[in-house]
Parts: sequence; structure tokens; C-alpha cells
Amino acid sequence: MKRVLVQKLGLADMLEIKCPYCGERSQNEFSYGGDATIKRPELNSEISDLEWDSFVYYRNNPRGKHLELWHHTSGCRRWFKVHRNTATHEIIKTLEIQEELHD
Amino acid sequence: MMQKYRIKDGGKIQRNKKISFIFNGKTYFGYKGDTIASALLANGVHLIGRSFKYHRPRGIIAAGVEDANGKVQLYKNDITEPNVNVTEVELVKGLRIESQNCWPSVSFDVWAINNFLNRFFPAGFYYKTFMWPKSFWYKVYEPIIRKAAGMGTASLKPDPDRYEHQYEHCDILVVGSGPSGISSALAAAKNGARVIMAEDKPRFGGSLLIDNVTIGNKNGDEWVEEAIAELKSLPNVILKKRSQVFGYYDHNMLVMFERCKDHLDNPVAFSPRQRLWYIRAKQVIISTGSIERPLVFANNDRPGIMLASSAKEYLKIYGVLAGKKPIIFTNNDTAYETAIEYKNQGIAPIIIDTRNDSDAGIVNEAKKLGIQIKFSHGIANTSGYKKVKSVTVGELNNNKDGYKNLEEIACDSVFVSGNWTPTVHLASQSGNKLKYDANSDTFLPDKSRQKETVIGSANGSMTLQKSLKEGFEKGFNLSNEITKNGIATLIPISDEKQYGQHDKFWCMPLPNKKHYKRFVDFQNDVAVSDIQLAVQEGFRSIEHVKRYTTLGMATDQGKTSNLNGLQLVSELEKKIVPEVGHTTFRPPYTSVTIGTIIGREVGKNYKATRKSPMHQWHEQHGAVFVDAGLWLRPRYYKENKETLHQASKREALNVRKNVGVCDVTSLGKIDIKGKDSAEFLNRIYTNAFLKLPIGKARYGVMLREDGVVFDDGTTTRISENNFHMTTTTAQAANVLMHLEYYLQVVWPELDVSVVSTTEQWASAAVAGPKSRMLLSRIFPSEDLSNEALPFMGYKEVKFKDTTARIFRISFSGELAYEINIMSDFGNLMWDEIIDLGKEFNIQPYGTEALSILRIEMGHVAGSEIDGRTIAYDLSLENMLSQKKDFVGKRSLSRKAFNEPDRERIVGIVPIDKKTSIPEGSYLIKNENSLLPVPKLGYISASCWSVEFDNPFSLAIIKDGKNKIGEKIFAVSPLKNVSIPVEVVSQHYVDPEGQRVRS
Repeated sequence: MKRVLVQKLGLADMLEIKCPYCGERSQNEFSYGGDATIKRPELNSEISDLEWDSFVYYRNNPRGKHLELWHHTSGCRRWFKVHRNTATHEIIKTLEIQEELHD
Repeated sequence: MMQKYRIKDGGKIQRNKKISFIFNGKTYFGYKGDTIASALLANGVHLIGRSFKYHRPRGIIAAGVEDANGKVQLYKNDITEPNVNVTEVELVKGLRIESQNCWPSVSFDVWAINNFLNRFFPAGFYYKTFMWPKSFWYKVYEPIIRKAAGMGTASLKPDPDRYEHQYEHCDILVVGSGPSGISSALAAAKNGARVIMAEDKPRFGGSLLIDNVTIGNKNGDEWVEEAIAELKSLPNVILKKRSQVFGYYDHNMLVMFERCKDHLDNPVAFSPRQRLWYIRAKQVIISTGSIERPLVFANNDRPGIMLASSAKEYLKIYGVLAGKKPIIFTNNDTAYETAIEYKNQGIAPIIIDTRNDSDAGIVNEAKKLGIQIKFSHGIANTSGYKKVKSVTVGELNNNKDGYKNLEEIACDSVFVSGNWTPTVHLASQSGNKLKYDANSDTFLPDKSRQKETVIGSANGSMTLQKSLKEGFEKGFNLSNEITKNGIATLIPISDEKQYGQHDKFWCMPLPNKKHYKRFVDFQNDVAVSDIQLAVQEGFRSIEHVKRYTTLGMATDQGKTSNLNGLQLVSELEKKIVPEVGHTTFRPPYTSVTIGTIIGREVGKNYKATRKSPMHQWHEQHGAVFVDAGLWLRPRYYKENKETLHQASKREALNVRKNVGVCDVTSLGKIDIKGKDSAEFLNRIYTNAFLKLPIGKARYGVMLREDGVVFDDGTTTRISENNFHMTTTTAQAANVLMHLEYYLQVVWPELDVSVVSTTEQWASAAVAGPKSRMLLSRIFPSEDLSNEALPFMGYKEVKFKDTTARIFRISFSGELAYEINIMSDFGNLMWDEIIDLGKEFNIQPYGTEALSILRIEMGHVAGSEIDGRTIAYDLSLENMLSQKKDFVGKRSLSRKAFNEPDRERIVGIVPIDKKTSIPEGSYLIKNENSLLPVPKLGYISASCWSVEFDNPFSLAIIKDGKNKIGEKIFAVSPLKNVSIPVEVVSQHYVDPEGQRVRS
């Protein structure tokens, strides 16, 4: 019940995210996809357990600016990057997936 | 009954519309336009309920949402609602109101004994007393405390009303329609901005309806009327009354509820009761005004004691005298207006003012009117049980910590004013760190964190002229940033009474050697002594004091108690108020019904329902449906009085013996196109797909990057660069997102497109030894022999005016085909299968029979691919290609995934061949082991094998393959059974897989 209330009260869907392809939309159209700075190791590469685990498991949990992946699930179905402040929820910028962040 | 306290005329009520209502069994009358509170007061009823902890008699203390006491149980027709605030409910026909938190009645309440035992109930009483023995909390203490302390009673019936949600965008949201709110809305709207103005009360205007002021050449309420008419005429304005903005979230998302129906005598049937608005505003103007602060004195909670401004509001809006012998107790000038208003009604109020004197214009006016004023006085105590009947007044000594002399004055009401507290809740919710203003002794908004602008008395601008100026200026400036029209509105000149400085003194001393309760928080029964105790016991942080004493908690959220509480803590700790800080203001600002929050998403409307094109046929043929994600799938087709068990057995057996047909439309289908499609699948699946021939299907397993099995299904090469992927029903959406992730984020260089085609294809699985014969009848011109369409083959065939796709794949383990056809033809195809299948004794089968068939074949499904198992655990290690890399492969070399005794899938048969094993049972070696019993594994799926006519289960157990042949126990503590079982192969039927190839 609490989860439902939290969702319904907009706590879960309060962000307004600018999809690079569709423009500003409410958060309930999107899915969160984690840290966008993580790069998957190349296929067939010889890598240590630690390198692999860094890709699969280890994540920073910054208070402040965070570059993250979002998916416009109920929209254009594109993955893109969101530069967001985790403390204030401010969205500084959204980028297409190939774009690099220069700040 | 006469409304003895209603004046002859005046107010905004409709005196030609009399309405009767019942309060605690007695019938009263009020008028259209009344609230329950004003109607009760018109009848001289002040006693509304009993307090939360001490069960003290309590009455109405305010006229709006800040009222802390007036919670009642409301009955209308056969609907009941608890904890309704009498100051917010408008009078309509057929209301019955009962006091709550009292037994047997509000006049005689047995729990009032708590009041006499109150020295045993200090702050933290529950924490200290009901600790031991620990087990007593749930069984003994809590139920009793709940009964004694509870609020209203929730209805056990389903909510008969309907609630709606609405999304709205606007340039400027104005919260509150007082002088600053209306002027900012006017300025912004005239400058072309899209404006929403929300007012929680049933009338726009706020203080302008109550205060004696002029704007331009009009009275306050006339100006309101004209301004509202003008706003209504503008197409870019939405005006909402009875609408409370109760939450301010990030990215300028605000939530508001609108009361649409309850105030109407004859509402239209389809009207929602309440509507929840999600408003995304470019700018928010918070003009929520301020709430009068009470004074704290001994026994200040008796019915008849209320805020001075509220007494004035009852008089001006409702034509109701809150008392005929009022004492007005104040530390500032604003209460004098209430005194003058009452004096004008021929009543002789007595003013008790804590200050030495005041030379404000309004005080002089009161003096001229001959109102008796006692300066430097305070109220030392009150008396009267169910209604205040006298006050003990004393002259304050120089230090204001005692009285020089005391006298008793008879009265029937006390109107209290401790100056004004700006309503900063929304600004605070937005993230505005408030600042303390020592001049007004209040917290005021500081720097905006989001796009919020606070104006008017909420911003500490306590004069009308300042409020209007802020309203017009901010309304213009903020709108002009958006519209750039540059159309400014002139600020009218206003005339109002002049007020002086308040006395920085709120908490009256107790008379010598007396220990009366002085309440700070009425709703939670928090008195000065409780706060003293909390500080004495070492609670320093204001947040801790709040939790220990419950000060400012619950629906009230400290609207009237916050500053008095802070003041006390700061005095006790010898700090200044800003050092103490304030507690967090949390949404919702006022109580919101659960129905409003949930909206239309109740029952079946909680989630969308997906149905296959053949759904109607299933309904007409006895299908009993089961939820599969959002889909409704036939679980079994009931014949006569069959049980689930009987029907599913019959259906499954018929597949093994003859032929069955199952609607598999809900399986996820993804169309994959592009010249790198084969390469892409080769990376996604654990097994090889690069060289899959055109016209062939292949079973594939995909992993997550952590090595755990994600999903399985078959994928068919339709043409060189076009594949048709199937997924499980449950994971369809996740698999698509997974594919999109790798294509867009990880390997954007691949030329591949994916799209869900689940809804484009209607699918039927035709399974059983006679399925080929049936298909030959349906598609007579096609060669469907074992050679032409072998196991894992694919063929496109003509059907009516369209083409169908036949995949020779099998989940049941029998010779089987899956036919896909454009959704619009689904029914036609299904009818054809059923019609032509009669010759072969075809029967439709549901998910239950499907389960039986796959379990006894040892095929894994969702209960085994549960997000915890790797391919090895499911005996799918042959699916892991050694020759190529794929998603998740690197994880498989991790140590834990290579432990030899990992839990693996096996079959389980009860030794007596009769007892069904509950799913989820634990498997243990010895049923007489000492606790804790070492667990070998668990039963993942159980069925009644139709092939062998005995129970059979799949299990995942430690070192499974080496345990085959062992006799162990399946135990289910939930069902209280322990069943001796034997471990067998997971492939119980046709272990060589000959049937699918036949």
C-alpha cells in the first residue's frame, strides 16, 4: 500500500525528463537504466574477475551529479543519457546515447 | 430547533435553503452554504469530540483546515467516512454526524478517566510502560491502546464513489485566492499566461471576505467578486475552488485534490466524488496566507475557546456568533477587529491583552467603542467542563512569570490570538530552506529551490497594500518571462486598519502551585509539561522532541502548534528559535482520501487487461481464466461440474492421446531485421545462431550479464536477415528492452532493428500425436510430412486470404505445431482448427494442462527460470557455446557458479505414488533431523502425471544428478506434511524426445 501511495502521489513519477527525440515527458513514461558511464568490456576480451565485476556489480552512488541511462519505454523506446543531480533531482542535460558529456 | 447563535442577516449563506442534519442523534438545522462547524455553532454546539490521549472534551477551534479538534464520523445514506473535519464539510441533505474517540458518548466518555490519571500519561509514556513483557505488546497492550486512542471507524464496504485523476500543465499555478493570490492571477492572466488558481475553501477571496477593507472604491468582497468574474471571462484561466494543493514535488509537479460532489444536493450520477490533479507548472505562486497562532494557557482546550480570526470568519461568512459573552485574549492588534465586529452585533466582549498598551489605530477605535480592555493581563486558568464558562484573569507581573492578582470572569467563549504564522508548507516541501524572522517571530520563505514564489502574508507581508503589490508585481513579472506580452495591470489603492507590534509572549504562567495542562498541540494532546519533560530527558533535536511527544504529527502537521512548540523548546534550552530550527513539513498538507489517491485504478482497472483475439471463444466454451502478467489466459475449460484438477487432467491426457489446441498468443514475439541480425542473436543467446539455416527454428537461452538465466524461447530464421523470436509471456517486455539496450547502447554499430509483434500475431499451439493429420486437413495443399516440415522446421502457408506461419516446435513434448496468423484472422483460424479437429477428438487446453505436459517432460519454465538459477542448475549447460562469447558468459567462470554441489534440477516422485507434493516444499534427508534441518533443495513445480497417473514434481536440489535414486523427504510446514519421495530424472516422459520428432 505504501508503495502504491508513493507512486500515486507522484513521488515516483515527479520528474520531467526531456527525451532527446520526443521532448519533455513525465517520468512515468521512462525506465531507469543505471550508470551511463559503465562500458561493457569488449566481446572475447581477456579480462580479470575484478574488471568484469566492475562492469557487472560495482557502482558509485554519488550524491550530486550522475550520468545515467534512461529508456523511453512508453514512447520512442530509445535509450539515452540523463545528467541528473541525485540530491536535488535537477536534470542538467539529456544527451543522445552516442553524445559525450563535456562539463 | 432554533439557531440561537445565528444573527438576523449577513454572511454568505443562503438563508432560503434550510437543511436539517443529525449530530449525535439530535436533529439540527443550518443553511445551504454552512459547514458542519458553522451549523453546529449556530445551534450553540461547541463540544465535538474527545481528545486523543486524555479524552478531554474538545470543540471547534478554527474555521478552516487548521482546526485540530473537529474530527467526526460522517454518515450519508449508507456510506460512512471517518476523521472528517467539521470545518471542511459543507452542509447538504441527509448528513448524520457522530463524535468519535468517545464511548459510550461524547458527553459521558469512560476513557476520560485518562484525564484524571494524566500524571501517569506523560510524554513517552507508551514507550516506557508497555515494554515488558515483550510478547504483551501485540496481544494485550496494543489492542487496548488502539481502542482507547483510535480515531474514527473505516467502512468495511467497498467505496461506492468514483475518483478521477487529471493531468494539467500551466504557466502559473496560484495556490490560494486571498488578496495576493487573486491579484497575481489577474496580473498573470491579463498578460496572457495560462493560469490555474486553486482555493481550498468553497469561496474565493480568503481574508477579503472577512476583513473590513476597501480596494479602489470597493469593499473587499465586492472587489473579489469583480476580479473573479474577470478571471472567469478569460479563456486562459482555470479557477478551482474546493481544491487543496497538498503536495509540492520535484520539477514543479504539484498535486491537488478537488472536492467535486459532496457539497451538491443532487449530484449527477457519473460525477466523480473527488479529483486528483497532477499539475506541472512553469511557475508556482504560493499565496496560501497565514494561520492565527494560539496562545498557551492553563486549560486552554475547553470547548468554546477558539482562534479570534475564526470567530470573525464564522460571523462574517456564516452569520454565526461563536459566543455571546466572549473574552478576547490577545498579544497583538489583529484580534481587536474581532472585538469590534462582535461589538457591532450588540455584544460586549472583554479584551485581555498581554501588552502594556497599544496606540494602533484599531485599538483606539476599540477604546472609542467602549470595549473593555485589560492590558498587561493574562488568562491564568479557565473552567467549564463541556464548554468554557469562566476564565481566571490576572495582571502579569513585570517578568511575566506570575500574576499580581487573580479574578474570575464569566464567559461563554474565549477568542484567542497569538499573532500570525505564515503558511509556508508548500514552499518548504519544494525545498525552500526557511529563514527565521525575529521581527514577526515566524519562519519565512528564503531562497526558492524550484520555481516557487511566495507572496502575501505567507511571505510575511501582513498588510493588504503589500500583499496586493506583491501579487500584481510577481504576477506580471513571472508571466512576462513566459509570455513577453508586457501587459501590466495597475495596482489599486487599498485602505485598511493599521496594526502595531505584537507582544513576544505566548505561554502564560501557571497560577502559584497549580499544575494545570497548557496545551500546545490539541490534536495530539501535547502540553507544555510534555515538552518540558522531553527536554529534561535529554531530547535536544526538535525532530526528536516531535517524535517523543508527538508534537505536530498526524493530519494537523503542526499548523497551529509548530511555533509555540519551538518557542518553548528554545526557551527551555536557552537558545534562540532559529538555532532550534523547525521540523520538516511533509505532504500531504491536509488529509486526502485513499480513494482520491488511487483514482480509477481499482479492481480490474488497476492494470490494463490484455486479451487474445480468441478470448470470446474461450469465454463461450467454459474457460476459467488466470492472470498471466497483464494477459488473461484460459486456465482450463470447465465441462459440467469438473474441478480444476479433473479438467486439466482430461485436457492434458487428450494431448498425449489425440490432439489439443492451446492459445499461446500471449507469448512474446519480436521481429528482428537487419544484416547483422544473426550476429546479434549469436551474442545474445548462449548457443550458436550464426549458421541457423533459413526456415529453421532453434531453442535459445539468454543470460543476464551476471550469468543467471534470463529467458528462453525459440527463434526462427524467416529469411537471411529476418528472424522471429519468441519469449516467455512474463519476460516479453523485459527481453525487448534488453535487446534495445545492447543494440542502442553497447553495439550501436550493428545493423539490426527489433520490434514487438506480440499483438500482430494470433498464435495457437496444436499438439498431440494426431496434430499432423489435423494440419493436413487445415492446409490440404501443403506437404507437411516429417520430411517436408521436420522438428524445428518452419513453413509459410496460405490460409484464406492471408499467409500463416507454421513452426514445428513443442512445449508439451508431443508432435506439435505452432500456427501464427495475423491477429484479425485469429478467430477464423481457431474455428477451423476446432471444426476440422473434431474428427480427431480435439479439445482446447489451458495453462494448467500445459503445465502438466511440460512438467512431466522436464521442460523448464518460470518457476525454474526464477532469476536465481544458472544454465547448469537447469541442466541447460549443453546450451552454452564454448566457441563464442555471449552476454553473461564471463560470469560463468566465477567460483560460485562452478561449485560441484550446486543445486540442480531433478524429478521427484512420492514413494506411495499417491500423495501430491505441495509446490514450494523443502527437500530434506531425514525427517527426524534436529533443528535446523539442513535443506537439500525445494520443489519448483508439481503436477499429476497423466502419462503415469501419479504425482510428479520438478525440484532443484543440491548435487541433484548424483542423488537420482535416493529416497528423501518433501516437507511443507505450511501444509503440515512430510512425504517420503524418490529422486528421479527430470525427464519423466519420453526422455529420448522421440515424440517431438515423430
